[in-house]
Amino acid sequence: MTNVKSISTPHNNRKATGHDVTRLSDGHLEKVTSWGEAVSGMSYVYRPSTVDALQDILMLARRSGRTVGFRGGGNSYGDAAINSENMLVDLRRLKRILEWNPATGRIRVEPGVTLAELWQYVIEDGWWPPVATGTSMTTIGGSAAMNVHGKNAYRVGPLGEHILEFDLMLPSGEVITCNREENQDVFHAAIGGFGMLGIFISLTLQMKRIYSGLLDVATEPKASLGEMFTFFHEYAADSDYIVGWIDSMARGNALGRGDVHRANYLPPGADPQPAQTLRLENQHIGPNLFGVVPRSIIWLFMRPFLRKSGVQLTNWGKYLTDNLGGAKRYRQPHVQFHFLLDYVPDFKKAYQPIGLIQYQPFIPKETAHDAFAEILSLCQRRDLPNFLTVLKRHRPDDFLMSYAVDGFSMAMDFRITRENRQRLIWLTREMDEIVLAAGGRFYFAKDSTLRAETAEAFLGPERIAQFRALKARCDPDGLLATDLWRRLFER
Amino acid sequence: MNASANHPLESQRRAIVVGASSGLGAALVRLLAARRYQVAAVARRESLLSALHNDPHGESIHPYVHDVTQFEQVPLLFDQITRDLGGLDLIVYAAAVQPPVALHEYNFAKDEAMLRTNLMGAVAWLNEAALRFERARGGHIVGISSIAGDRGRVGSPVYNTTKAGLDTYLEALRNRLSRYGVTVTTIKPGFVDTDLLKNAARTFWVISPEEAAARAYEVIQSRRQIAYIPPRWRFVGLIVRSIPSAIFRRLNF
Repeated sequence: MTNVKSISTPHNNRKATGHDVTRLSDGHLEKVTSWGEAVSGMSYVYRPSTVDALQDILMLARRSGRTVGFRGGGNSYGDAAINSENMLVDLRRLKRILEWNPATGRIRVEPGVTLAELWQYVIEDGWWPPVATGTSMTTIGGSAAMNVHGKNAYRVGPLGEHILEFDLMLPSGEVITCNREENQDVFHAAIGGFGMLGIFISLTLQMKRIYSGLLDVATEPKASLGEMFTFFHEYAADSDYIVGWIDSMARGNALGRGDVHRANYLPPGADPQPAQTLRLENQHIGPNLFGVVPRSIIWLFMRPFLRKSGVQLTNWGKYLTDNLGGAKRYRQPHVQFHFLLDYVPDFKKAYQPIGLIQYQPFIPKETAHDAFAEILSLCQRRDLPNFLTVLKRHRPDDFLMSYAVDGFSMAMDFRITRENRQRLIWLTREMDEIVLAAGGRFYFAKDSTLRAETAEAFLGPERIAQFRALKARCDPDGLLATDLWRRLFER
Repeated sequence: MNASANHPLESQRRAIVVGASSGLGAALVRLLAARRYQVAAVARRESLLSALHNDPHGESIHPYVHDVTQFEQVPLLFDQITRDLGGLDLIVYAAAVQPPVALHEYNFAKDEAMLRTNLMGAVAWLNEAALRFERARGGHIVGISSIAGDRGRVGSPVYNTTKAGLDTYLEALRNRLSRYGVTVTTIKPGFVDTDLLKNAARTFWVISPEEAAARAYEVIQSRRQIAYIPPRWRFVGLIVRSIPSAIFRRLNF
């Protein structure tokens, strides 16, 4: 444990009990779950609405001898936003937009502003968030802490590359400003530092200029993993976004088949009615699937498809329908292209009672093809099908705890059941070895299975030592922690 | 000490056993540790607790010295244990005392000791667990009661009372909490070869603490609500409960 346990204060009003710490009110005790609901813990949850209240919470943590973790939209798949048996600060009520300049596209926001609130605020001025995650329920503070990426990671990098500056509250209550000149070491470590150095209390971001509310989208089927990689190679230079979907059940020569979607911004003048397509009401996912099925109940119909036969059928069916149509081109609102995960509200209910996890390794381009092929066939051999497999291209960045490589990532969703739980843990160990051997890396926003030694192997002891040194400087009492921090770094 | 699990995906096994210095409680601590639980062993007698630590699975056993009649200590100790374990999935209240009481003896000091340890301590500990499990939408509360709670008898009025009170308290917790996915189990052992038994006049079907713990563990695993161990005591209980008072009050049993 950290040394915070020994912190005590004479100012507590409890009778002598042999302990000299303040007891936290059990009114704040809540069950907190990961996005996939597979991971949970009990935490004392606080929801401050002002920065002053945040300072009070840090003081309370010291008096109670507990650590503090931070939570935004709660969209991490693992234990990154859970701090079991300790304090957890939900930052979603710190959600003001502090400054906006529609001429330059610079915006300063509080950490609890969600991606949905951000794009809705800027789009009618002709701007769009430079990096968009698959759900828009993420907060900007959480996204910065995990240094998230979108389907354009190979071109524009992760979100951190578009953050110009932020104010970070240290556990002492002191606020420091960080950018690429001032406190640049903290700047490059707090972004992607999963909340272990301080709390973002405001962030300045550069938005991306757009000239239409629509994207030019093209999809085409690919018959093998090799063809997928070739497509990324050929089109990366002239596409703003590329994402591949893989049929996880295809075997043999068809291993890794699927289809690719690429999208481009429209250049000025290409959209005859930009003012219309940029209007908020024309950026919507729509209440119904195919105009018929209310989206709020789709998860009910997904349940049967999460069994093995269902996964097979769905993946095959999707491949077939995409294949029948051949290559397609169309224009699509930004929202529909980006926020696939928001299409089916509560889709994770389909994974109940236990939930789902995601496994997303990042592998250099030289070794990625073979490693992904090995992983896909390993999942098949172990009889652990994954429902959704998504391929993306990445480039390296200069953040200390970076997960990025000059290569590819493959995100796989696994449903957990009582029967497969242990086998799934073993499978992730086997996959970890393939990833490490291929020089790959991992992403803390998605992780729930890594071990401390695996994290050390991919980050390298030097980076971890640097991060620890920064943490000792920003958080000398070790007040900030999460389950993820304890699992991977507190040994 | 931090026993919190390394791997959040694995099913969590974190338990508190209150009354762990000897008898069924101590045996259950060893058994839970052998079954991959992280166990907080709460007991008054420190020397016996340290013996637990020398168990082959001692690294999964976390001793806490505590006298259950120090009720005001319970909330903070409960907080500390749940934090040390990184959570809680199971709590077993096994603490009990039974001083020898003669047939014509009315000794409030002895009676109070039983009420405080057997019943009030249980309420102090299990109230904490109940609130947490309700919020967690899950968890398992186990009370070690006794066949002795089935009837008020001439030999041990207040011991019977404490166990009957515990039965009723556990039933009420069950009714409160089952709607939140929490299991509440009442375990009613017959004669177990422990310190409590040395004051008993006649005994039969005596089982060792280890056997009692093994049977209690089976009951816990099956998530049953009420169980006699060994099961044949269920019939004894049935018979004892159905003897009419007119007869029962003439018996010296």
